[in-house]
Amino acid sequence: MRNNKTNKQSLLGARASRNISNTIIYIVLVAITILWLFPFLGIVLESFEVGTKAMDSNLWPIKFGFDNYIRLFTETKFLKWFGNTAFMGVCTALLQTFFILSMSYTLSRLRFKGRKGLMNMMLILGMFPGFLTLILIKKVFHDLGLTEAMAPVGLIIVYCASSGMGYYVSKGFFDTISKSLDEAARVDGATRWQVFYKVIMPLSKPIIIYSILMGFMAPWGDFMMAKYLINANPDGMNVAVMMQTWLSKGLLNDNYTMFCAAAVMVAVPVTAVFLALQKYYVEGVTGGAVKG
Amino acid sequence: MKKLNDLEYLKLSKFKAFLYNLRLFFSSIPDWFGKLGLRIWALIKICVFAIRDELTDIGKTFVKGNWAVKLSFLIFGFGNLYYGQIMRGVLFLLFEITFIVYMFVIPEGGWHDLKIAHILQTGKNVGENSGMMVPDPNSKYGAEIWQDGDESTRVLLWALLALIFIVAFIYTWRMQVKQCRICMDITAQGKKIKSGKDDLKSLLDDQFHKMLLAPSLIGILAFTVLPTIFMMLIAFTNFDANHDGFKNLYSWVGFENFSNLGDVGQGGLGAAFGKVLSWNLIWAFFATFSNYFLGMMVAIMINKKGIKLKKFWRTVLVMTIAIPQFVSLLYVSKMFASDGIVGRLLLDWNFIPQSMLDARQWGLWDNPVTAKILLIVINIWIGIPYVMLMATGILMNIPADLYESARIDGASSVQQFTKITLPYMLFVTGPYLLTSFIGNLNNFNVIYLLSGGGPPNSSIGMVGGVEVGHTDLLITLMYKMTADSATSQYYMASVIGILMFLVVSVLSLIVYNIIPSTKNEEDFG
Repeated sequence: MRNNKTNKQSLLGARASRNISNTIIYIVLVAITILWLFPFLGIVLESFEVGTKAMDSNLWPIKFGFDNYIRLFTETKFLKWFGNTAFMGVCTALLQTFFILSMSYTLSRLRFKGRKGLMNMMLILGMFPGFLTLILIKKVFHDLGLTEAMAPVGLIIVYCASSGMGYYVSKGFFDTISKSLDEAARVDGATRWQVFYKVIMPLSKPIIIYSILMGFMAPWGDFMMAKYLINANPDGMNVAVMMQTWLSKGLLNDNYTMFCAAAVMVAVPVTAVFLALQKYYVEGVTGGAVKG
Repeated sequence: MKKLNDLEYLKLSKFKAFLYNLRLFFSSIPDWFGKLGLRIWALIKICVFAIRDELTDIGKTFVKGNWAVKLSFLIFGFGNLYYGQIMRGVLFLLFEITFIVYMFVIPEGGWHDLKIAHILQTGKNVGENSGMMVPDPNSKYGAEIWQDGDESTRVLLWALLALIFIVAFIYTWRMQVKQCRICMDITAQGKKIKSGKDDLKSLLDDQFHKMLLAPSLIGILAFTVLPTIFMMLIAFTNFDANHDGFKNLYSWVGFENFSNLGDVGQGGLGAAFGKVLSWNLIWAFFATFSNYFLGMMVAIMINKKGIKLKKFWRTVLVMTIAIPQFVSLLYVSKMFASDGIVGRLLLDWNFIPQSMLDARQWGLWDNPVTAKILLIVINIWIGIPYVMLMATGILMNIPADLYESARIDGASSVQQFTKITLPYMLFVTGPYLLTSFIGNLNNFNVIYLLSGGGPPNSSIGMVGGVEVGHTDLLITLMYKMTADSATSQYYMASVIGILMFLVVSVLSLIVYNIIPSTKNEEDFG
């Protein structure tokens, strides 16, 4: 009887302590939510401010209005920059997916002479800072007319040409598909091309979508290479480089609220695409981390 | 040191096993270098034998071959054409023609540039005649016009291409000679030779890997291998704003740029690099591990039994990944600027006096210590969502009965974490930690968009025409050294690039030798 009672007490105690720890966790999670969303809330609110204003402690606009958005589309070439970036995003998504898939599929499922050597070579090449190669590429592209106003085209080539070296995540995916599928198809007389096209590709939807998503996101986030090739030419700008110049010292007070409006215009479509495909992103991230 | 056998090794605790691996690695280094000599010798022997075999085979081919095979020693693919392999023959012939045109026919072609590039000959220029002002023949008043000379960058690039072309030429020559002989042998046996159609078919089957790899390899060769070799060569030149290769040719300086790094005295280049590199390593360490552990904590919290709205918490964090990073980085950097919202709020709440804000004493980005701390904290804000996502996936894979039995044995939740969760995570995510560490070493965006490398470090001063800041990484330094063509010092950027490669490769070598989960690729599948 007494035993039973202590049991009950300890159970109650456990429940109480679990309640306490859960409460703490909820507090932490709410704090995280606030901390993580606060900057974005700030951007959205300040973008609706009427007129330019410098930064102050009051995020809430003094007067609501769409002035910044109107200014963005009438006074600047925002539409052009946005179009440049979107164009780069779409092209990079397609080309990069092609390069990565062909490379990772070959390394994962075909065995040929020099395969290990090729992988080691790419591993070593990957240890050089990628920016270094850009110095020569800029010179050559400059002579070919692929910088400044034509920088979007040059940038697409830079993003995609060597993208085969980033095969790791997608190879990890192909490694998990059972080899017996290939063997069965080969016994039935399929060529290697048919195995690739008819057997493996239909199974690879998640990794294809993951690659497309990554390729699409890359130009939106790239700053270093873009700035280097664009060289402040207004016709070749992508959004990142332009918006950074708005926040430089002399221009800050005039453009701060417009920056917020542009940020909203950029973030909304990209976030929508991302959230719609986030399932595949999560699969890629978790799979890729485990596989290395 | 004493080597343990398997049984003894398994008895060690996780931590001791790690230390054991670490010691094993370092104690094997002298041994490794000792064996290196032997390995190189073995490699040389293999090469010599291979070349000898090739040469005898080529000799035999020439002696035994009929006139068509003999002629293909000079004319690429002639044998193939003779035996009816039209497609291969034409391709070989086209390659030879391209080679000759590139090397000798075009004015200032490959051979010419290879000669005047003087590759790695210290003291000589890259190119021969620099451009200069010459009297204008059309002018009556003795005006001068600019006459183009050699352009060093172009000359060096063409010379490099010529070198690659020569290697490819020898390889292709050998290949087509061999193929001609095989054709001859097969015909002598009365068998049928592969036609062009068969070749095309095999590209979709036996040779499928060639078709899949070709576009990627061409891209990598042109946009990574070639520029990397080129930029490594630049480290041995004086390519900068004054020697831009156009108005003034640049020249080979040998190891001068590297020996400057040995200057570790006050204000010396070596000292400056030491400082930047040490902050770079500190940054990468904290950025990686703070994200890793805190992200894991968040994942564990969200995954805990009894926590509701799991999907909501996760979506909040995923959303911050979705928004392009430069937007959040730029906005957050302004939040913490000297007149940003955080400072204003602190002012409104009377934490800091107005005078401090006016005097700009408050600026977190202007103080080296606060700037560094702020960078790491903001990086946590950026990085936790990624780690959370990754950790969530892995945590779900840990068998639940492990925790069940641990609980029955009376393990507390802290013990469960340190004995089950952490070892499992570390084991599985070893490669991730390495890639993320390397990524952070080169994390341009976070540093450049947040602090821009500042505040300036007066004890270092100017290096390579750039003001070095307290929070500059090697990569931001490299960027600054090359961004402005009026002050750029490309050779310095190139030296830094090579240093970074050394750091990364040594680190990777150590980690790959210690972490168990990276060893065998086929184990995963």
